[in-house]
Amino acid sequence: MSSEVEDALKRIQHMKDVHGTIIINAEGTPVKTTLDDSTTLQYAALIHQLTATAKGTIREMDPQNDLTFLRIRSKKHEIMVSPEKGFMLIVVQNITEEK
Amino acid sequence: MADKPVDAKGPEKDSDNKEDIKPKSKESTRPESKASSSSKTDEEKKTAPRVKSAKSKKDGKKTGGKGNTKSKPAEPKEESTEKDGGKGGQDSMIPLFISSKSQEIFQCVADEHVTEDNPHKLIPKDAIIQDMRERAAVSDFHPVKQLILDYPADEILLIYDADFKYGQNFVLVSSDEEKQRILNPVVEQAEDGSPTGEEGEAVEEIDPVVYQYVPPEPKEWVSLGSEKEIEESSWKETEQKIRITIRRARREFGGALSFSDRNADDAKDGYIECVPFEDKSFSLKIMELDKDVQAVSTYTDQGSQTVWKHPCNKYTQYAPRELTEEEQKNLLSSETLYNFLDRVTPRFELALQQNDIMDVFRDDWKELGNEDDTFGSKSDNHLKEYQSFTDLQFSRDKVLTCIAWHPSIKGIIAVSCAEKMTYDERVDNSSRIIMTQSLILIWSFSDPIHPQVRALTKPEDSFCFKFNPTDPNIIAGGCINGQIVLWDISKYVDRLKNTQRGKQSKKNAMLNVRYGRGREKPGFEDDSSDKTPVVRYCASAAIESGHRNAVADIQWLPDHMEVNRFGLMVENRNLQSCQLLTASVDGTIGIWDTRPSKSQSQTADDGKEDNPLGVATTFKHLDLTWKPIIKIHMSRLEGSGDYGPVRVSFQERQGDRHLLEKMQKEGSAGKSSIDRKDSNMGGGFGIRSGSAKEKRQLEGATTKFFVGTEDGELIYADLKLEKDPDSGKLVPPRADFVKSFHDRAINTLQRSPFFKDIVLVVGGWNFSVWKEGRESNPLLISAAASKQFTCGFWSPTRPAVFYLGTAEGNIEVWDLLDRTHEASLSQNISASEITNVYPWHLSHKQQLLAVSDNVGTLHILEVPWTLRNLTHGELTSVTSYFDREDKRLEYQEQRESVHQENKRRLDAEEAAKKIAQPPEPSTEEVDNKMRTLWLEYLEDEKKFLLDLGLVEEKEEPLPDV
Repeated sequence: MSSEVEDALKRIQHMKDVHGTIIINAEGTPVKTTLDDSTTLQYAALIHQLTATAKGTIREMDPQNDLTFLRIRSKKHEIMVSPEKGFMLIVVQNITEEK
Repeated sequence: MADKPVDAKGPEKDSDNKEDIKPKSKESTRPESKASSSSKTDEEKKTAPRVKSAKSKKDGKKTGGKGNTKSKPAEPKEESTEKDGGKGGQDSMIPLFISSKSQEIFQCVADEHVTEDNPHKLIPKDAIIQDMRERAAVSDFHPVKQLILDYPADEILLIYDADFKYGQNFVLVSSDEEKQRILNPVVEQAEDGSPTGEEGEAVEEIDPVVYQYVPPEPKEWVSLGSEKEIEESSWKETEQKIRITIRRARREFGGALSFSDRNADDAKDGYIECVPFEDKSFSLKIMELDKDVQAVSTYTDQGSQTVWKHPCNKYTQYAPRELTEEEQKNLLSSETLYNFLDRVTPRFELALQQNDIMDVFRDDWKELGNEDDTFGSKSDNHLKEYQSFTDLQFSRDKVLTCIAWHPSIKGIIAVSCAEKMTYDERVDNSSRIIMTQSLILIWSFSDPIHPQVRALTKPEDSFCFKFNPTDPNIIAGGCINGQIVLWDISKYVDRLKNTQRGKQSKKNAMLNVRYGRGREKPGFEDDSSDKTPVVRYCASAAIESGHRNAVADIQWLPDHMEVNRFGLMVENRNLQSCQLLTASVDGTIGIWDTRPSKSQSQTADDGKEDNPLGVATTFKHLDLTWKPIIKIHMSRLEGSGDYGPVRVSFQERQGDRHLLEKMQKEGSAGKSSIDRKDSNMGGGFGIRSGSAKEKRQLEGATTKFFVGTEDGELIYADLKLEKDPDSGKLVPPRADFVKSFHDRAINTLQRSPFFKDIVLVVGGWNFSVWKEGRESNPLLISAAASKQFTCGFWSPTRPAVFYLGTAEGNIEVWDLLDRTHEASLSQNISASEITNVYPWHLSHKQQLLAVSDNVGTLHILEVPWTLRNLTHGELTSVTSYFDREDKRLEYQEQRESVHQENKRRLDAEEAAKKIAQPPEPSTEEVDNKMRTLWLEYLEDEKKFLLDLGLVEEKEEPLPDV
């Protein structure tokens, strides 16, 4: 099973401009990462909070609804987050912009 | 006696305060009432035993009272009481004659114990009483005996009355309050204060006192007369109440009474009617009312207390939660995680693909503006004449050989002039002394008539010169006779900066604001300001070690690097450009260092280090002894002789510090000490360099360079000296390759300001664009044009654009993205040949193109917006264009090598075949072979014809065979 997880991650990682992927558990603890430790921890802690807020927002508006995917566009990166029960996958994509 | 006080009062009244007048006027009524009251008591005592009816008694008393007041013994007392109660101060002053005997007794001898200035004398009461007892009536105090006995305090004040104001030689103060008042005068004190104050001032003048602030202290309340006002406005009961005593005999009390009726009219007073009437005395109206109000601020005292928290150091440390490897492993291999990923990954793939396909956040509007401006503005597509400079005396009809913009001061441009002579003419004239001077003229936009500075070259013409990029006051030039010359124009910097002269054209308003106003000092312009100063060169190279032929190209090496004696590029931490690169047609390339060499530095250091730039002797240490640190002979690859280099181009560029920074970053850990040492040594231009050992090699910088020759060849060579295997000496290596694509001397060899490895080469009738490292062919080579290209320059702001000057006097603008087969713009500038073109990016609003021709005119053109503004994505387009061309060349090279390979292989095969082929067969064999073939052919033909049915088979073969 572990190798299949690896494969799935590898598939994402090898897509264009992907900077890194992180899997964190429900508590925000990193499970698997392709980034370095300090960056991973930072992403894990901050994105976990943000996602919790976003999730709260969606649920507040409609208790039947739920957050499935969160994309954050910054000048340098696009951070994609998908929270599901128990885990959260974070993918950071670099932005290549024409001058 | 009774008269006396009245008399005494008389003179006093004048000197007295006005306040005192009022009470006195009131007095007039008062003594009477008092007298009556006091007399009443007396009367009553006397009349006590008598019984009188209320009515009669009243009447009688009035008359009786009056009569009694005249009794003598009551008089003094009355006087005293009057004085006590009513008049206070003045009435208590009793004039008293004190004989000289008494004066002696009481030690108050006039003009001895008491004087006019100090008239007060306090005498104990007991002493007076004693005196009165002893001397009885003889005592001077006898008339006031009662007064003294009644006196409340222990000491009585005697005042010496020298002027007999009160009629006697002394005045006795009968009331204690008055005594206190006299002894401790308040008002008088203030009045007295002024003379003492004057005295104080006099003292102060002698002895200045430092004043100190003394906070005011609360003092005892002192009466200033306000209590009198209060007393006046207050109401007091002055009249004594009438007391009536009615007596009745005891026997008349409780007796039997008998009442009987009678007529009211019977008796005279049998009926008394009390008729109400209006009492006029009570019909007063309040006309005026004195009221006093005083505002008193209310004070409150309040307090609050905050709780004091004790400051305390605290810290918290936390560690991020992390999973153990075991847990991680478990999780990674768990079904849930796999399912999660399975669900989630499609979303990510979708999103990632979306981003890959297109940037949804791209702002199309932002790019719209750029493109739009290029349309429909044809008028803005041309180079506009901005200014032109000709010096009638020095530049007219001369060839302008080189242009250079001042690196730091805007609007300053320098141009060098040379005689317009062909080689033959020059040879003819070589024996004569050329009378005209050859100059470098420095022009300012503010004055198109007179150049700001003329830099005098040798009698020989200068073909090239450059401003030092780090110190623009230094100009290096190369002469036609092979000498390298240095100028120092630092003396004239102010002149260059202070370009305003009043006769400004409107066009130059921008420059004026920058340099003119504010710096100009009216009245400081001396007469010589209109005369153009001439600067002599301050150093020239040693004749024997310089070039032996005209110096065609001179360049300052970028300030971040320098070349050492081994041809290696090393870092230059001073960031001062101090090395020159020269190319001369004598076949050599030289590198020169402007800093004094080690042996010279000791002598050169004296007194120069403190002001190395201020004087024209900046390079005195170099003059006539200057030698290049490296001289490379560009010897031909084939045959003998040298190439004649006219242009050189290194990859390193001024201002590009990334290599140095990279090195600093790497080296900062271990070699900071060296940095410090270097920086200590740096600072001045003329400071000698640190020894080569201390300088690290500039990593990543290539020592290879392009050279353009006068025969139109492009050479790629290496500066790094190699050890000659035979002699063991260090010799420059041979050129890597030589390509000849141009038919005349190369006049431009320039790297693109955007790409380090792209080189523009102009020479003869065509130009080419080369990529460093692609040596087989240029990326682009133009078709031969109908006229010669004489110069070229990359646009400083657009990577795809470069300017070319032609022999016809045209300026061509080539835009590689627009078209590569012809110029996008061609514009005639001059009637004669263009010798140089040099665009300069002044500001983002203005870009100027300096164009010189060979009749001595320097044209300044304004570059239109479309040619200076970087269009969107131009850099990437140009990059990809060059990449494409590079790939094409690569492919071409591959094909070429494949072809060559093929050819070689075919040749080899053929050769092999030839070798393998048996010896030539004999003619007989050949004939046989031919015959069999012929027969075979006939057979086939026959068969074919039979099949077609064209011939019928004959039964019999031909009989005659």
